[in-house]
Amino acid sequence: MTVPLLEARRICRYFGHVRALDGVDFAVYPGEICALIGDNGAGKSTLVKILSGADSATSGEILVAGEPRSFHSPGDAQAVGIITVYQDLALAPELSPADNLFLGRELLLPGVFGRLGFVDRPTMRRQSAEQFARLGVTLRSSRVAVSSLSGGQRQSVAIARAAMWANRVIFMDEPTAALGVIQSARVLDLVRQVRDAGIAVVIISHNIPQVIEIADRIAVLRLGRNAGQFHRADATVENLTAAMTSGTSGIEAGP
Amino acid sequence: MSAPPSSITRPPPDPPELPHQRLRQLLGGGWIFLLLVVLIAVFGILRPTQFGSAYNLSQLTINAAILLVLSVGQTFVIIAAGVDLSVGAVLVFCSVLSAKVMLHLSGAPGTSFGTTDTSWPVILVGSITAIAAGTAWGALNGVLIGMVRIPPLIVTLGTFGMALGFSQLLTNGVDVRAMPELLVANIGSGSILGIPSLVVIAALVTIVMAIVLHLTRFGVRVFAIGSSLEATRRAGINVHAQLVAIYAISGALAGVAAIMANARFATTTIGGHSLDNLATISAVVLGGTSLFGGIGSIAGTVVGVFIPIILLNGFVILGIPPFWQTVATGAVLIVAVWIDQMKRRTQRG
Repeated sequence: MTVPLLEARRICRYFGHVRALDGVDFAVYPGEICALIGDNGAGKSTLVKILSGADSATSGEILVAGEPRSFHSPGDAQAVGIITVYQDLALAPELSPADNLFLGRELLLPGVFGRLGFVDRPTMRRQSAEQFARLGVTLRSSRVAVSSLSGGQRQSVAIARAAMWANRVIFMDEPTAALGVIQSARVLDLVRQVRDAGIAVVIISHNIPQVIEIADRIAVLRLGRNAGQFHRADATVENLTAAMTSGTSGIEAGP
Repeated sequence: MSAPPSSITRPPPDPPELPHQRLRQLLGGGWIFLLLVVLIAVFGILRPTQFGSAYNLSQLTINAAILLVLSVGQTFVIIAAGVDLSVGAVLVFCSVLSAKVMLHLSGAPGTSFGTTDTSWPVILVGSITAIAAGTAWGALNGVLIGMVRIPPLIVTLGTFGMALGFSQLLTNGVDVRAMPELLVANIGSGSILGIPSLVVIAALVTIVMAIVLHLTRFGVRVFAIGSSLEATRRAGINVHAQLVAIYAISGALAGVAAIMANARFATTTIGGHSLDNLATISAVVLGGTSLFGGIGSIAGTVVGVFIPIILLNGFVILGIPPFWQTVATGAVLIVAVWIDQMKRRTQRG
């Protein structure tokens, strides 16, 4: 069995008396798209926050490539190649796609100018264009503000940005929630491109048909506990819905 | 977007940016720059001898110099989606403190009028005092806004009152009217290579800060914070430190402006800067910088500073009651923001 890129063991998270997560196990393997589904309040967001460093577990273990780790900030998770694409995109709308891709990791000019903090815009533009081309994202121009792009293009920029800096896992919170059919298809295609580039993708979603279409493996949470795992081949709308609502265990599945 | 979704396509290369497009971007829309050119042309044609005289033009630039230095700082703050109402009061505080320090070091009696024969080292100490005091006020603004999370409008309104109040406490409300002769003669009314010293200082400040804003990592992050504070934070940038630095820059430039004001008027001007905050905000916004943050340029601010000054000058020369200038500036300001909003709506739609 392959070592998971990222593994959570017996994660608990209590908010006062509320048990948001109660001993959840979760693992992400190389080169897969894993969906994390569950009804509202199932603990999906809490689990993702913990795995991406935005929140800390009350108890439980996190392992990165088999090594125990603790994340105290999103920066800690980012440092080991785990990046989250948030639902509200987290792009700076007035900046260009290139500036957004490099936000926080701006390239500086070589030599003395770089030491003075001068940015190397031509190289950043070129590398962004390469990144967009690699992932099949077409933009009118890499100079226009992100705010003038369509919703799907904006989401693509956000994912391309994550793929640029993640080398292990990308979490995506409802990546197509605000998109139309065609734009959703493009974004899902981009997600496959990211997977094929060797990065594991975890999609948090409500959209069961879409999850069945895209995910290689589906993990279900219900009321803060594991409620089954399905291979893509075994997943149907019926048994996923059943697992989400009644806690019926599905077929245990490895990678 | 005609390529099938699954194919990997090379994006078409960006269309080459034409020089006039680039200029337009820099000037934040261009039309306000055109307005400035038209104003100069109209006054220049109607009264070529008075308006176009070397004396008048140098007076125009001298009048603009102090306001320009303040407005450059305000540009940083507004691009970062903030506002600095304290600039004029911080200027007053710095000028009073600096004048007091220089007076004390010169050994002249505290009540002396006119000029003192103070040496350059003392002027240097006074200038460092002014810039340090301004930086401190700005950093205080930045800490309260970035870390304590109080809205900029309230914080800088508070420090506006505090800085002005402290200035009056320091002086009992009476201006310090003894300035070093060297400062007044060389900086206030002197010139370097035929260009008024005040204008040289303002131009240097403007150029350096334009480079910082538009070409450095610090500048990119000023735009990023104004565009989306949350996105900037999530990108791993220390937004608190960045905000402190941005407001400290505005404060430091108010300190520079204080030295310039002391030199120009040979006295502190406690009562003369209560509207500087509004003048700088309107200059910045006239220049195409968005009050909502994330968009703007120093070049636009330069244009925005000159428009009211040229209007006033032209009205005086033409014999139009100068009070019309405030009316005209107010109207242009409203039109400027209206055009900015329309552009944004069409862009986002």
